[in-house]
Amino acid sequence: MTTESKPEKRPEMAKQLPSERRSNFEEVALGYNRHEAVAEAKRCLDCKKPPCIKGCPVGVDIPRFIRQIAEEDFDSAALTLKSTNSLPAICGRVCPQETQCEAVCVLGKSGKGDPIAIGGLERFVADYEMESGVAAPDLPAPTGRRVAVVGAGPAGLTAAAELAKMGHAVTVFESLHAAGGVLVYGIPEFRLPKSIVAAEVDFIRRLGVDMLLNSVIGKISTVDELLFRYDAVFLGTGAGLPSFLGIDGENLNGVYSANEFLTRVNLMKAYLFPEFDTPVKKGRRTIVVGGGNVAMDAARCALRLGAGEVTIVYRRGEDELPARVEEVLNAKEEGIIFRLLTNPIRILGDENNWVTGMECINMELCEPDESGRCRPVPVPETEHTIPADVVIIAIGTSPNPLVSMTTPDLETARYGTIMADETGATSKPGVFAGGDIVTGSATVISAMGAGKVAAKAIDEYIGGAVRL
Amino acid sequence: MPFTIREKQELVPTIHQMDVAAPLVAEKAMPGQFVILRIDECGERIPLTIADFDAADKTVTLIFQEIGKTTRQLASLDAGDSIADLAGPLGRASAIERFGTVVCVGGGVGIAPIFPIARGLMEAGNRVISIIGARSADILFWEERMEEASSKLYVTTDDGTKGHHGFVTDIVQNVIESGERIDRVIAIGPPVMMRAVAGVTKPFGVKTVVSLNPIMVDGTGMCGACRVLVGGVTKFACVDGPEFDAHEVDFTLLMSRLAMYLPEEKEALDYEAAAEPTI
Ligand SMILES: Cc1cc2nc3c(=O)[nH]c(=O)nc-3n(C[C@H](O)[C@H](O)[C@H](O)COP(=O)(O)OP(=O)(O)OC[C@H]3O[C@@H](n4cnc5c(N)ncnc54)[C@H](O)[C@@H]3O)c2cc1C
Ligand SMILES: Cc1cc2nc3c(=O)[nH]c(=O)nc-3n(C[C@H](O)[C@H](O)[C@H](O)COP(=O)(O)OP(=O)(O)OC[C@H]3O[C@@H](n4cnc5c(N)ncnc54)[C@H](O)[C@@H]3O)c2cc1C
Ligand code: SF4
Ligand code: FES
Repeated sequence: MTTESKPEKRPEMAKQLPSERRSNFEEVALGYNRHEAVAEAKRCLDCKKPPCIKGCPVGVDIPRFIRQIAEEDFDSAALTLKSTNSLPAICGRVCPQETQCEAVCVLGKSGKGDPIAIGGLERFVADYEMESGVAAPDLPAPTGRRVAVVGAGPAGLTAAAELAKMGHAVTVFESLHAAGGVLVYGIPEFRLPKSIVAAEVDFIRRLGVDMLLNSVIGKISTVDELLFRYDAVFLGTGAGLPSFLGIDGENLNGVYSANEFLTRVNLMKAYLFPEFDTPVKKGRRTIVVGGGNVAMDAARCALRLGAGEVTIVYRRGEDELPARVEEVLNAKEEGIIFRLLTNPIRILGDENNWVTGMECINMELCEPDESGRCRPVPVPETEHTIPADVVIIAIGTSPNPLVSMTTPDLETARYGTIMADETGATSKPGVFAGGDIVTGSATVISAMGAGKVAAKAIDEYIGGAVRL
Repeated sequence: MPFTIREKQELVPTIHQMDVAAPLVAEKAMPGQFVILRIDECGERIPLTIADFDAADKTVTLIFQEIGKTTRQLASLDAGDSIADLAGPLGRASAIERFGTVVCVGGGVGIAPIFPIARGLMEAGNRVISIIGARSADILFWEERMEEASSKLYVTTDDGTKGHHGFVTDIVQNVIESGERIDRVIAIGPPVMMRAVAGVTKPFGVKTVVSLNPIMVDGTGMCGACRVLVGGVTKFACVDGPEFDAHEVDFTLLMSRLAMYLPEEKEALDYEAAAEPTI
């Protein structure tokens, strides 16, 4: 289509229409078809020194898998992807390619056209593979070494997959009843179908990884106890502790942390209540406080639950919104209202402890400070009230202290992140860490990158196979 | 890995005992801790206190009252059936130390969680005065167990069908006023009961602990559904509690938050009722 007549453009990915998708939980972006994918792949210059590989935190051989798509050899393309990235169907959907591999693509940089739609192509190949049946991976001989992985988010899953591919026996301990971390409890169905996560987790199971769900480390076993039974431990427990604003009215009925709201909707499938047992408040007017991906996800879920009016309240301006541009655009198309440069002062409630609205004040941005960020300051006498019956606080999360509290010799930094060097090694011998638990909230792919690096370091630490 | 129900019995009408095979939880459990379970794929995650645990037998004992969709469904299961998910032991354990004389108060289904605490306190060398109460004699359970776990046991019923005719707080008041030195009171039961106990002990300055039961989802500090206000500070009951200083707890907030989903809870039951005849 467009690619043939104007080869500098990438094909636009089909999406559900905003007017339809705003009331269902089905996937918004529909993926490329075979024809679009091949045409897009043919635009790739197959660069000699491909910058895109460096732009990818796990170093996927991007030109190679794209060439294989262009040659319509999708099975080989899938193998290429899977050899470096255990979760391609997920990454193809949720990675911020526009700031990573696609940002450095020669085509885009040279001004000759759009950068290659690397994410879209990755998704195409992964979906193709899922539909045509995933080949059972070849595994090396067991080394006799045992590794415990704590947390089944992208960091833990990647570390587990990499270690299993090296022949180590891996057990994953996950506190929730499902594996995936934020991928299952945070990111909504309409951006990342849970069946996709389940299929990719299943692939990791088939690498021989043992997944123990419902297992809260710090409660059911301590890290020290794990070290008795395993040669090394990887901590990928994420940054799951929700922050609140600390303003009046936050404990009113109808006020949620984004984590609670999203967990009810995504993990517990409250959007299918009462077929599924977990309820969630379907507000008529919902306010979401925050401007990141989490806020966009919460707002778009609230809309799909049937809220007539969903407002994002964010204290900085449009340019400062930390969410992916694409998600902000999606949210706007669906009719989410953005009240930027607006800051909550307190949440208002009625005599029965139910939320009725939020008092806010307008903000303005002063000159950027040393860190380059513009600090918002309140504009006097601009207090106003926005009515609401549900308020969702999406201003960030910090690491859950369950593990560090029960592991006294594990060094932590301010805000509770675990200290780890560039290989993932912590202050405690045999214990490695990576992902949000080390960096604070970041991205799926950076967590995966950390899991991969740590797997290598763990392999070195435990010294390959057991010598008899 | 589902969790098999080893034994199940209806102790008294609407209150059930269930022994569930959960080896690792049974090994680690301490008095005052709880589990979160989910019956099946469509289920809600609900917290239940570990009323007893047997590391040798690898089981935990749960006691629950049928009040809504999930607890009714749980009641319909039998020995040999299984529960999809069970995570624990969650929350901080009850403080078991040699305090001196401790009054343990259990109201209604709260008798179950008070039992392992009373037993632990006895074993730690305390004099344990227990007070258990129910609406009526026919829904009072575990009297013998509590007898064994206490130096002295009082029973109350609201309707006078057994023991003292009245509330557990009447006995708490009598015990304190009798002049015996009371070092600590721990009360578990419906929020109104816990608030009443706190009200009785406060003027006497007796340290009082209650176990709060707010709505929970994950039980690991990840969602904040379980927020409670203690001494003006917001706490997450699942990780900071569930036990808190009774004199600092905002019970009004607790009770209003517990009522947050009343319309949805009714809807869930209606949906269930509508579905039943076709099975
Ligand atoms: C709503 C939302 C939307 C997002 N959208 C995007 C996006 O579009 N693109 C993107 O790249 N990033 C996105 N992110 C960020 C990204 O999801 C995270 O950076 C990433 O998931 C971090 O991976 P992780 O493995 O470190 O931790 P997590 O995904 O948080 O996984 C940690 C796991 O450890 C488990 N755990 C915690 N404590 C214990 C314990 N004591 N014992 C056992 N298990 C434990 C948790 O239950 C969880 O399953 C989003 C985040 C959120 C919340
Ligand atoms: C730490 C803790 C320990 C508990 N221990 C016991 C116990 O040992 N025995 C027992 O019978 N009950 C116990 N409860 C209460 C028990 O969890 C609720 O009775 C149960 O969740 C009700 O579910 P339902 O679907 O049957 O009823 P629903 O109709 O859904 O709800 C009835 C009422 O139960 C409360 N409730 C509902 N959902 C939850 C939830 N997810 N978490 C907590 N409360 C909820 C609300 O007040 C609600 O109004 C405990 C609660 C907590 C927080
Ligand atoms: S930089 Fe762009 S054009 Fe070059 S190989 Fe990578 S994807 Fe292809
Ligand atoms: S139940 Fe989620 S934080 Fe306590």
